[in-house]
Amino acid sequence: MAIWLTADSKVIVQGMTGSEGSKHTARMLAAGTNIVGGVNARKAGQSVDLGGRSLPVFGTVAEAMAETGADVSVVFVPPKFTKDAVVEAIDAEIGLCVVITEGVPVHDTTRMWDHAIEKGGRTRIIGPNCPGIASPGASNAGIIPADITTPGRIGLVSKSGTLTYQMMYELRDIGFSTCVGIGGDPVIGTTHIDALKAFQDDPDTEAIVMIGEIGGDAEERAAAYIEEHVSKPVVGYVAGFTAPEGKTMGHAGAIVSGSSGTAQAKKEALEKVGVRVGKTPTETAGLLREVLAAVPATAS
Amino acid sequence: MDLFEHQAKELFAQYGVPVPAGKVARTPQEARAIAEEFAAAGTSRVVVKAQVKTGGRGKAGGVKLADSPADAEEVAGRILGMDIKGHTVHKVLVEEASSIAQEYYFSFLLDRANRTFLSICSVEGGMEIEEVAANDPDAVAKVPVSALAGVDRAKAREIAKAGRLPEQAIEGAAELIERLWQVFVSEDATLVEVNPLILTADGQVKALDGKVTLDGNAGFRQEDHAALEDEASADPLEARAKAKDLNYVKLDGTVGIIGNGAGLVMSTLDVVAYAGEPFGGQRPANFLDIGGGASAEVMANGLEIVLSDPSVKSVFVNVFGGITSCDAVANGIVSAYQLLADRGERVDRPLVVRLDGNNAELGRSILAEAALRGVQQVETMDEAAQRAAELAAAGV
Repeated sequence: MAIWLTADSKVIVQGMTGSEGSKHTARMLAAGTNIVGGVNARKAGQSVDLGGRSLPVFGTVAEAMAETGADVSVVFVPPKFTKDAVVEAIDAEIGLCVVITEGVPVHDTTRMWDHAIEKGGRTRIIGPNCPGIASPGASNAGIIPADITTPGRIGLVSKSGTLTYQMMYELRDIGFSTCVGIGGDPVIGTTHIDALKAFQDDPDTEAIVMIGEIGGDAEERAAAYIEEHVSKPVVGYVAGFTAPEGKTMGHAGAIVSGSSGTAQAKKEALEKVGVRVGKTPTETAGLLREVLAAVPATAS
Repeated sequence: MDLFEHQAKELFAQYGVPVPAGKVARTPQEARAIAEEFAAAGTSRVVVKAQVKTGGRGKAGGVKLADSPADAEEVAGRILGMDIKGHTVHKVLVEEASSIAQEYYFSFLLDRANRTFLSICSVEGGMEIEEVAANDPDAVAKVPVSALAGVDRAKAREIAKAGRLPEQAIEGAAELIERLWQVFVSEDATLVEVNPLILTADGQVKALDGKVTLDGNAGFRQEDHAALEDEASADPLEARAKAKDLNYVKLDGTVGIIGNGAGLVMSTLDVVAYAGEPFGGQRPANFLDIGGGASAEVMANGLEIVLSDPSVKSVFVNVFGGITSCDAVANGIVSAYQLLADRGERVDRPLVVRLDGNNAELGRSILAEAALRGVQQVETMDEAAQRAAELAAAGV
């Protein structure tokens, strides 16, 4: 088992016919993802050959769901059209909508989120500007490379793409239940806390790695949540100790203003609730090995 | 992107938000000429305000009243060229002085935690709002604003009342708040702040200051925003990198950094800073994210920018091969050397390369066989950072 994305997930791709969309659809198929079709209003009724499969293109998300039973959508459409694509997925009440697109204006993301709440919160949004979610050996929705790790018992939640890959690779001998890249934008659909809660409830996850970075106070809030609700061991890593105030470091959300949002403040908040925080990604992987060794073996 | 006060006020004026009349001067003589225009129109008293993108300029002496054109020239002469928290003053705003009866605070901003917008309003204006909030939390109203519902006159009135603005200011403030919401939404801003918002002696509500942050992601529908960029104070290397579509931030250390992915590069900066401690405190010289692809051309452009920084004594190329596997990245580095040679550039400082991830072995052997001048390979990120710091210390 895994969280949110399993071998049973039926995945559609919004923007499948674009260059990024088609490239990554082929990769997701190769990783074993059950992709059942794509959505593009202008190419409805056609089919696209990708990765040795012929995939139907539907006019709308609702149509694709009705025809295929899809319950997950991965969004690759350009930033200009992302809000409308996600609103369409929310209106169709799809269970999970993974938004890979980078460069979505924050006013659009905020409107998507308000719309999702107004519709009763039936759709979980991951991203935007994220690498997606992978449950190794089961399914892969997004652009996380599938072949750098193995299935296993660690849960991973991270703001950063390449740091996610780095950690998946360092701990490939133990393996992962699910890896969630939540993205580094200021407003995101799924937070560290959402993932921590799901991993705590997932019987196949025994320990959790949480990767954060400067900006906002999501890590501080996650620390407070861990103290109250998470009994599984958690180790953490925070990037951006050397980032100067007021400079954006690649991720729109990674900017320190005033005294809040610093890496030091996040590290201290996590350590205060018993989360061990590594100085480097490698040291963090080492800490995970230590805490996992202390977990009594469970029959899984 | 943060705007200067005068840019924020020009934007406010376009949306009908009342602001004092004013013009920008880059020399004391220009300041005098502007003050003379005001004097001719019957306003002899002006205020000269340093245009810098940082707070606390009043305390630093960057805002002064002047009672005559000669006075304005003299004051502008003192303010221009001043250093305020590391920002050099290149221009001043010369404005008609306002008769202030009361000062309030108002802002719209992004509430990351609640994934919505927030308005903050307070009858206690003119000072740091954080201080007011700490000393008298009840005096600071925080009213959530839904992105979908927005702000109409009734909502604006609710916000003004929540901030405990006096009765005589409510209508004027509500009208101004409603217009500021238009600025916030129509311009894709993530912050619109007015501190102070004033009530004048004759009962008008005006924005006496303005701070606006615009969302860089909205460039595709905000074509006017590119013209608001402050090229004068941008670092020349950052400007060159931007022209080449590189995500580069200049820092003050000696170890040049090239990596793929914002998080990994941020992490690389930290690891280099730790590793540099025993080597006389060597620190990262820059942030440079070349993205997932890491093609030869992008790598060549990246190397060129990093090496044009004379303070760089060694370079650490830290790449994790995911979708782009390490053999492709290694070939990219080899081709980048060729490209640089073709452009007549020479890599004259040591390069420490760490390749890990997909096809790492193959990538490493490609680099080893190419035997590029000055390239050393180290297998792990921590050890590579140490080597790069050591080489930088030796080269200083």
